[in-house]
Amino acid sequence: MSSTLSKIEKRTAYALLLPAVCLVFAIILFPIFANVWISFKEVGLKDIRIPEPRAKKIVKNIQDSNSELKIIYKLRNSSLIQDIREVRFSDKFPKNIDPINLDKRCEFKSQKVKCFFGDWEAGYRENFEILVQDVNNNAINSKDLKSSKPNLNGRSNNILLTKDFTLKNFKNVFINNNFFELLMTTFYFTFFGTLGAILLGIFAAQLVNQKFYGRTFMRSILLFPYVGPVVALAYTWTLLLDPNSGTINSLLVNYGVIEKPINLLGQKYLIVNILGFELKLRLALTTVIFFEIWRYFPLAFLFILARLQAIPRDLYEAADVDGAGPFRKFFYITLPQITAILSILFMIRFIWNFNKFEDIFLLTGGASGTLTLPISVYQQGFAVSNIGMGSAVSIVIVLLLIAFMIIYFKLIGKKANEI
Amino acid sequence: MKFKSLIITLLASSIFLAVVICIWKIMATLQGLSFTSLNFNLNLSLSLGLVTICVLIGKKFNHNLKIFILSLSFTILYTFLNENSPVWFSVGIFLLILFFTNKLKKYDLKYLNQDFISEKIVFEFLSLFAIVFFALVILFPFYIMFVTSFKTQASLLINPIDLSIDFSKNIFEIFKSYFVIFKTYDFGRYILTSSYVSVGTVLITLLFAIPAAYAVARLNFFGKTFLSTSILIIYMFPAIVLVIPLYTVFSQLGLRNSVEGLLIVYTATTLPVAIYMLQGYFKSIPKEIEEAGLIDGQNWFGIIIKIIIPLSLPAIASVSLYVFMIAWNEFLFSLMFLDNPKTFTLSRAINHLTGDAETPRQYLMAGSVVVTLPILLIFIYFEKYLVSGLTAGSVKG
Repeated sequence: MSSTLSKIEKRTAYALLLPAVCLVFAIILFPIFANVWISFKEVGLKDIRIPEPRAKKIVKNIQDSNSELKIIYKLRNSSLIQDIREVRFSDKFPKNIDPINLDKRCEFKSQKVKCFFGDWEAGYRENFEILVQDVNNNAINSKDLKSSKPNLNGRSNNILLTKDFTLKNFKNVFINNNFFELLMTTFYFTFFGTLGAILLGIFAAQLVNQKFYGRTFMRSILLFPYVGPVVALAYTWTLLLDPNSGTINSLLVNYGVIEKPINLLGQKYLIVNILGFELKLRLALTTVIFFEIWRYFPLAFLFILARLQAIPRDLYEAADVDGAGPFRKFFYITLPQITAILSILFMIRFIWNFNKFEDIFLLTGGASGTLTLPISVYQQGFAVSNIGMGSAVSIVIVLLLIAFMIIYFKLIGKKANEI
Repeated sequence: MKFKSLIITLLASSIFLAVVICIWKIMATLQGLSFTSLNFNLNLSLSLGLVTICVLIGKKFNHNLKIFILSLSFTILYTFLNENSPVWFSVGIFLLILFFTNKLKKYDLKYLNQDFISEKIVFEFLSLFAIVFFALVILFPFYIMFVTSFKTQASLLINPIDLSIDFSKNIFEIFKSYFVIFKTYDFGRYILTSSYVSVGTVLITLLFAIPAAYAVARLNFFGKTFLSTSILIIYMFPAIVLVIPLYTVFSQLGLRNSVEGLLIVYTATTLPVAIYMLQGYFKSIPKEIEEAGLIDGQNWFGIIIKIIIPLSLPAIASVSLYVFMIAWNEFLFSLMFLDNPKTFTLSRAINHLTGDAETPRQYLMAGSVVVTLPILLIFIYFEKYLVSGLTAGSVKG
């Protein structure tokens, strides 16, 4: 009895899970594996369109005859690079209308024209004509002729499904494209972005954890940067930082802080002179990191605030009795209580910042030294139009990600359950 | 007499006041006043004087009368020493000082004589600084976005830091950018598409996630632990690694440039977190209620519809709002999949506007306001639900 019940339970569980699992498998897991396949192929953006035979139908009147019409099919191979084999064509004619002098490649049967065109090479074009006449010599309504659409099909290779593989993409990723610099930029961006967001999050959480007038208001506006759409926020910041008449540059010039506007998002290096040493600061990268911090510190803030509010009050009361000031309370009570959550937060945010695409893409598009791995996927795949290269970079990201996750679960996987 | 705490109070509070006055001045500059110098030193010395007098008087005087007289005299002195400024600027200064001196209420010589007081004072003013800092840093871009959308191209070119709204013009002129983006750039259609996609994603996600979450939370089956851990791991994989295969497959299937394609992708990417959030909540519902339902002859479907869903409405609200926000703000997939203006979402449409360098910035900002305002209003109104969603989902973002 109980075994049948558990069988029913199992079956119900699988039935309930099936739709969600299928969808996630098709849209998330399948592409991750498909990346591996594509990354070993030499595929460009233009190759992925499957070549199709196409026909445009034009109906023309013939002078001094109402009962005869000329139909022109403009035939072409939609692809400029691939052949189509065994192209077949068919079109339907209205009743009582027959073709005259039909092309040898075609035959006419039960009001249907069927043709076999053979192979079309890449970029093939032909104007194919059929003369038609009404059997009873009545005037032909050309609308009737136009109403049917020709049907074409042919066989062609889907370049994604062939079995030609190459290591060229990976060679390009690791050797030709300054891979080390790409990796370092990604690392700088990720590390400092995460660190800054968490530090700012600690400050904000500590602030909101106190009582002051307007605290709830403060708490909601602290989440604005994350809740707002990235497109709007990124473009607002671009306008704020714009060197020609951007608000911040104009203000700084107006108050005489700087003489010339600084192109914060378009300048790769800023040379700073400290004690005779010339330091090259990655200016655009720094700006992008600051935007990143500004936009994502609310998440750190939420996480830390939740933890702060769970710290028992009596710890602070005991500290009050001992005469500890607010700074001591922070360093000796608050900080030890939140270190565990900070390490988890750091790992998770690190992984996520590592994958950030939108922010950098919208601010700089990867120019002036802000090219990170995710931007590189886009650039290779869609700007350079090399899908294979883009996939290869994706594979690098996935591998690094898996490495991070293993580290994460080794280091703090157990701790995460305790919290 | 403890001089240390007195000096710290004077310095911290006067620096704070001077900074706040400078910020007020910058904001006034953005309203078209032509200040060219911040006069930080002047502000600082004036503030120092004010704070000294305030602390020395302490509680020997009626508080309200004291702060009123002090603020008034400070404002008159400040206006006299400073560049020409209109009345509203001085009124602002007056209100600032009033607020500030009210904050200083408890500070007198007796208070400063307590033990361990200086650290407390520093902390208090640091908090005030932090409030001002966070409010400024966060709200400033939103403010600029909003006011720029009311400007005209010509006035922005003449003086880029004058962002004042000219109320002498008629309503149509003031809201011109909004009329233009709706008429010329077809933003009405994009709002509809965006709403359709976001609401659709929420509905489909719930439809798929509720049964799955129920199975994970309640039923025993082979591979349960594996499934629940893999949910989170799958969630960690970013959109950018999915984009190329999805692009190729969607191109070949003809799903690009279609709202349905976007719906499928958005649903799949939000499903893991929706299942994760819902199953946590379902587990907290007492099992006895469902058992009672089973005895009454309900099947699994009936239990989910009649018991689980009504009991977990708060969690469903959180998930819905969170998913709605993700779908509304999503950019990467809409950039990749949509290149026909007829199928654009709002985010994609704004990105398309910037593609043309000639597009005036006030139109761009008006578009940004149109995409930002709904989500901010929803956030403010349903903050409670959205915050719990954000906290649960904040591993991603």
